[in-house]
Amino acid sequence: MNEPYGWWLPINISANGAPIDQLITTLHWFMVLLFIGWGIFFLYCLFRFRARPGHQADASPKHFRLPTYLEVGVALFEVFLLVFISYPIWSKVKNDMPSDEEAMVVRVTAEQFAWNIHYAGKDGIFGQTSPDLISPEDNNPIGLDRENDPNAKDDIISINVMHFPVNKKVKVYLSSKDVIHSFGIPVMRVKQDAIPGTVIPVWFEANKTGTFEIMCAQLCGVGHTRMRGEIHVDTEEEFQKWLQDEAQYLDEYSDAGQREDDSDV
Amino acid sequence: MSSHHEEGFIRKYIFSTDHKVIGIQYGLGAMFFLLMGFGLMLMMRWQIAFPGKSIPFIGKLLTQDGILSPELYNQFGAMHGTIMVFLGVVPMAVGAFGNYLLPLQVGAQDMAFPKLNMASFWVFFVGGLVMLYSFLLPGGAAQSGWTSYPPLSNIAPAGQTAWLIGMVFLITSSLLGSVNIIVTAVQLRVPGLSFFRLPFLVWAQLVTSFLLLLAFPPLEAAGVLQLMDRVFGTSFFMPSGLVVSGQALEVSGGGNPLLWQHLFWFLAHPEVYVLILPALGIVAEIVATNTRKPLYGYNTAVYAIIFLGFMSFIVWAHHMFMTGMGTGMSAFFQATTMIISIPSVIVLTVLLLTLWGASIRFTVPMLFALAFLPMFAIGGLTGLPLGLTASDIYLHDTYYVIGHFHYVVAPGTLMALMGGVYHWYPKITGRMFNKTLGKLHFWGTFIGMNGIFAPMFFIGMAGVSRRLYDATIYEMARSVQPLNVIMTYSSWLLAAAQVLFLINIFASLRKPKEAAADNPWEATTLEWAAPTPPLPHQNFPEPLEAYRGPYEYNTTSREFAPQHLQEA
Amino acid sequence: MSAVIPYISKPHPVTGVTNAKFGIWLFLASEVMLFGALFSTYIVLRVGAETWPHGSEYLSVPWAFANTVVLITSSLTMVMSWAALQMNNFAKYKKYMGATVLLSFGFLIIKYIEYSAKFHHGYFPANNTFLAIYFTMTGLHGLHVIGGIIVNGYLLFPGSKMWSTEPERFAGRVECAGLYWHFVDLVWIFLFPVLYLL
Repeated sequence: MNEPYGWWLPINISANGAPIDQLITTLHWFMVLLFIGWGIFFLYCLFRFRARPGHQADASPKHFRLPTYLEVGVALFEVFLLVFISYPIWSKVKNDMPSDEEAMVVRVTAEQFAWNIHYAGKDGIFGQTSPDLISPEDNNPIGLDRENDPNAKDDIISINVMHFPVNKKVKVYLSSKDVIHSFGIPVMRVKQDAIPGTVIPVWFEANKTGTFEIMCAQLCGVGHTRMRGEIHVDTEEEFQKWLQDEAQYLDEYSDAGQREDDSDV
Repeated sequence: MSSHHEEGFIRKYIFSTDHKVIGIQYGLGAMFFLLMGFGLMLMMRWQIAFPGKSIPFIGKLLTQDGILSPELYNQFGAMHGTIMVFLGVVPMAVGAFGNYLLPLQVGAQDMAFPKLNMASFWVFFVGGLVMLYSFLLPGGAAQSGWTSYPPLSNIAPAGQTAWLIGMVFLITSSLLGSVNIIVTAVQLRVPGLSFFRLPFLVWAQLVTSFLLLLAFPPLEAAGVLQLMDRVFGTSFFMPSGLVVSGQALEVSGGGNPLLWQHLFWFLAHPEVYVLILPALGIVAEIVATNTRKPLYGYNTAVYAIIFLGFMSFIVWAHHMFMTGMGTGMSAFFQATTMIISIPSVIVLTVLLLTLWGASIRFTVPMLFALAFLPMFAIGGLTGLPLGLTASDIYLHDTYYVIGHFHYVVAPGTLMALMGGVYHWYPKITGRMFNKTLGKLHFWGTFIGMNGIFAPMFFIGMAGVSRRLYDATIYEMARSVQPLNVIMTYSSWLLAAAQVLFLINIFASLRKPKEAAADNPWEATTLEWAAPTPPLPHQNFPEPLEAYRGPYEYNTTSREFAPQHLQEA
Repeated sequence: MSAVIPYISKPHPVTGVTNAKFGIWLFLASEVMLFGALFSTYIVLRVGAETWPHGSEYLSVPWAFANTVVLITSSLTMVMSWAALQMNNFAKYKKYMGATVLLSFGFLIIKYIEYSAKFHHGYFPANNTFLAIYFTMTGLHGLHVIGGIIVNGYLLFPGSKMWSTEPERFAGRVECAGLYWHFVDLVWIFLFPVLYLL
């Protein structure tokens, strides 16, 4: 595929996306085939059995065997899809969840109308958060306790832009501050509702670099359409560079914040 | 012992207990709401195809610059769904067709509880008024989708409260109506009309009514809980620690937002079958009449829809695969979803095989009934990728879903209902509609509907989420934007076709009555044995008996053998 | 002019019930679903809660017990009133139906005392999910009791005129009202242990 986006499935950059695409493609061939076969019979009937002078309906009781076999065949095919294709994929998504050590862990907290992407920072430990500390004015959208928790000091928060390295498992702990959102990355074949009050893990692994879109898939209010996020799939070096830049910016910012506080007094 | 005093206008046409008058009241009310829901959709479609351009002709009435605001867009979206489902299709399919036809088809003089029937219409009427009134409230009507998922709906403006109150009225109305239909179908059948001699439409209404009766109360409960949340500040659906726009919400928390979804879908999945079963019933009547032969596999079809009714109560969570469901639960709901597809396929096959060996009359109602078959098939087939969790990961909450369920209810149910209106129009009014206009209406509707809904599958395949006010801000949505333009123009074609429909059914009333309207289609079921229109509060001049099954065409020496004639 | 509808006072030969009795059973089936949904809500909230108060921390078990006795007694008097009609004793019917309505008022009065005590202590539905479900379920049950009072009150006074014209139909109505009333009683018998004791 030359163009990443067209009238069918967009480009797949997920290491686990291929089976999903295969299932969707298989299903659609199956559906088209059924529909065409069915449609030919339908149109043939309409033509052959149209009312016309000299033609009379044949109402003698009949029993057709073929449709029964066809229906059993369709049912068996559904069982096959269910047991051998859908169950294994879903089981991989849900049960093969990498442990926090195996994967790069990111916390994503949705809100009206943005994605807050929370990285643990240099120490690899997420700082404490509390809803009481949430304050958009102080640039603290997720209520990170930078004051008291040493683990929080180096945490990086990125809004709507999610960087991660290619060919590495990424595990997202997904939650929401306010209403239900849905974290959808079509090119990654990933979707998961973000439900307030719960934290749901999702994982994925990209096999191509580039910039792609996050789209909210659950109506979340007036700004639902604006809840556009980006994923930047970087090479490992680019990603480390980005982390460093963010850390540096954080240092400068917190110094600046300090100065502002002083001037307030 | 009919005393021949004339009823006053109000008793006769407004507060009537006659099932036929109530059926027509429901029909006209539902038609108003269907057109309104369609109008809302036309405005939304304009914004989707031409984001940020002012709506032609009427835009200036809505907003200063004529551009649909995101607030209005969300209101129209939520109310389009609510109006179409609860104020349009259900009142049309169950309220109008059920009320008008069911007593006639079982040979009864009226419903079992005529006063309850009247009450059910007026409760529906009040519910409709509450819904309409909600547009005038500060902040506008409900805007959290027809599904009204909390916490969003809990923190929405006052229109949501009106929505909930309106829903309680509509649910109550449906409950009264469904009790009435079940009792009428079971108790009031004339002698000889055993269960397996009932027209398929009666069976469809019977199963539908059981679904309404048992599935609606959980939504009523959910509605009461959400009202408590909104009015008394409880936290049934509010978890602890919610922060909205930087402000912590002052609620106790401890609730569960998914609880609403379970209660909602416990109704709303059977609701899908409430929308489709009467349509299948109508199509079966029209197909049997116009193929001039009995329905192939009538008994199988009856068993299939009964099974469908049972199964519809245990598939609801397939709407919730993306809420963080584990493998066990999703395996169960995927399996039940695959199983429920089988009876639907059986009914469709029954209708299709009825065509074999037939003598098909392409009347206007038959065109609609025939078109229903492939449309419903598309709707059903596209449910398959949504019912399997693996493909649903990608397709969930995209336009694909909208395409899927609209194929079931719009080119599916709505076209069946239109066919039904044409089929029984002569019996109801004593006049024949204009057939040329009818055919134009059919082709306009068929092409318009497909022009609107078929592109949705491609937009969904491209990954575009539903309910977006302006998808063009996404790079991935821009490649399919031309499809949205096609869809918007198709919606105009659809609108134009409906003008023909309205002209036809209202202008044909001015024609003189035709005697042939008693049984213009040469049909066999009992409603055609009644005079035209059927006598007020009595239907049939004399009590009837049924002597045979519902669709005895070409099975005896007669071309068709009506159920009520003793000699064959 | 009105339609002639069969099986209003005589049962249908096949189903064995009158229209009204069939209708009331269907209605009760839907009521089971309504309260079933609310009991499910209770379970979901309780299972998901970190702490859940013991009912008696907030609620008065003695009052609720008294109300249980009142309601069960009213169910008994309801049956007696129907039985009186079967024995053609209209005066006795009036007495027992009157007792049923009085007992229902008694239930509401006790409920009112309970509610005002809660409000007095500052216990409102918004305080926590336990109180929320308590007020919602007992409130909805209270509405059903009020509905029962209206129906039974009608059958006690204006509606009882039917006894002289269509006794069989009237007895049928009383029986249907009775079925409804037993259901309301039954709901309370579930509510009492679930909310107050567990």
